[in-house]
Amino acid sequence: MPIDRATIVHVADLARIALTEEEIERFSGQLSVVLDAVERLKAVDTSEISATASTLPLIGVQRDDVIRPGLTTDEALANAPKGGRDGEFFRVQEILEGR
Amino acid sequence: MKGLPRTITEAAALLRRRETNALELAEVALRAAHGDTFNTWLLLSDERAKAQARAADERLRAGDASLLCGIPWACKDIIGTKGVATTAGSKILEGYVPPYSATVVERLDAAGAVMLGKTNLDEFAMGSSNENSAFGPVKNPWRVDRVPGGSSGGSAVAVAAGEALFALGTDTGGSIRQPAALTGVVGMKPTYGRVSRYGVVAFASSLDQVGPFTSSVEDSAIVCDALFGKDPNDATTMPLPSEELGRELGRGVKGLRLGVPKEFFIEGMEKGVERAVRDALSELERQGAELVDVSLSLTDHGLAVYYLIQPAEASANLARYDGVRYGLRVEGPDLLETYRRTRGKGFGPEVKRRMILGTYALSAGYYDAYYVKAQKVRTLIKQEFDRVFEKVDAIVTPTSPSVAFKIGQKVNDPLSMYLNDIFTLPVNISGLPGVSVPCGLSDGLPVGLQVIANSYQEATMFRVAAAYERATKHHELRPRVAA
Repeated sequence: MPIDRATIVHVADLARIALTEEEIERFSGQLSVVLDAVERLKAVDTSEISATASTLPLIGVQRDDVIRPGLTTDEALANAPKGGRDGEFFRVQEILEGR
Repeated sequence: MKGLPRTITEAAALLRRRETNALELAEVALRAAHGDTFNTWLLLSDERAKAQARAADERLRAGDASLLCGIPWACKDIIGTKGVATTAGSKILEGYVPPYSATVVERLDAAGAVMLGKTNLDEFAMGSSNENSAFGPVKNPWRVDRVPGGSSGGSAVAVAAGEALFALGTDTGGSIRQPAALTGVVGMKPTYGRVSRYGVVAFASSLDQVGPFTSSVEDSAIVCDALFGKDPNDATTMPLPSEELGRELGRGVKGLRLGVPKEFFIEGMEKGVERAVRDALSELERQGAELVDVSLSLTDHGLAVYYLIQPAEASANLARYDGVRYGLRVEGPDLLETYRRTRGKGFGPEVKRRMILGTYALSAGYYDAYYVKAQKVRTLIKQEFDRVFEKVDAIVTPTSPSVAFKIGQKVNDPLSMYLNDIFTLPVNISGLPGVSVPCGLSDGLPVGLQVIANSYQEATMFRVAAAYERATKHHELRPRVAA
């Protein structure tokens, strides 16, 4: 199935990735080829088959509720990007309007 | 000492006979690593390594040390190391220094092993050639115009070129076994649930496992003994008793039934690869194994299943790289635009391709047709393996349909690149253990033999691999650089 330019733009937007014009062009060609290849799965009868959730035997596990040390605030914030820390917080741009 | 000993077992014996010490081993390894010309390393942590080596020497003097004590190793740079920069081969993690170590690193630290540094890889482990690293491709020491395989190419080369005695990699669709095959070393992917992924950068969480590169099957079992086991920080690790995985190495294959799936000998496979693998099968038969023709009829669909599930899971896992808490941030006029620009600049082409493919497969209107369908066919693939393992003790196949290909040959053709993993990815889809061992050369380049066992039957898998290894000298072949 060919995947058109508009679809690539829409999906890149869902994935929060800014693409260049050249990338949009190249990816639509390449992803069409990949989607053609996966299209063949439709030939497999799976009407009575449930989807794999995990290859592990699913067992419920409980553990004792023991307090263990975690990262300190400074450790957790140490990798904040340049200008991305404000005291004990990560700093991001304003997302609420009309205060 | 001019170069490192060939194996962990040889080095451990030298250490115990006081013919060398951990500091000397570390210095020899670091010298080799600093002289590397294959773009193997992203970072060498000399001071950390020497401090670990000195501590290992104390333990060795006290006499209670594990076999890995004082052994220099290489860490794929997707595995988090406290205080040592971790990039996952991506620009988006620029400057990131983990505040904690992965459980596998802690276990090796506890065993007294000496970490030399971090190895190059395909960005976020997405690739089969190491050409997708943001820090340049790794070259194959057997022939430098060839790829080493991927995604754990740097870890494979560190061992193949004699710059470390073992290395850790991660394997989501073949990223340990395929580069091991292409560089002539032993590469092992454990059963899903054996090894903790805590602290490892997540790629496709229902498929990822950590495992070792080594120069012998015995060494592989030794490293696995240190890695395996329940970790309270990774809910997928199984609570199984620790076992000595090398316990059956010497038992031979007489009386074992080995499955040979016809779907793994396909048209388009290189003749030299087929010849080397057929010779290996004959050798196992000569030793008394019974070769059983089996069918894994859905092998052909594995690629499609894998290239839906894996990008889908990756697109969810990589949502965390948003420029807020770590790594690169490219600021835009608002937060949404900051996300888009950060990810647009920080991710390389293959990562973007997979993010888009995965997001597409999960998006409204396509989720059932692609993602759920793939997970259903996955169930069928696993069931087919289950049926085969009712009849055989292990399955033996080629690891990769070709030897190392030329750098640049497949970069613009994703589908042809993805086909490199057709023999390895069904093992991840089904959660099984698999190991690649060297089985000779084709056109002067290494070929790998893959041994697959049923879940948690690593001891049987190692038994088959070791029987083959003992009868041949292929695993002793080394590229000229390291000879």
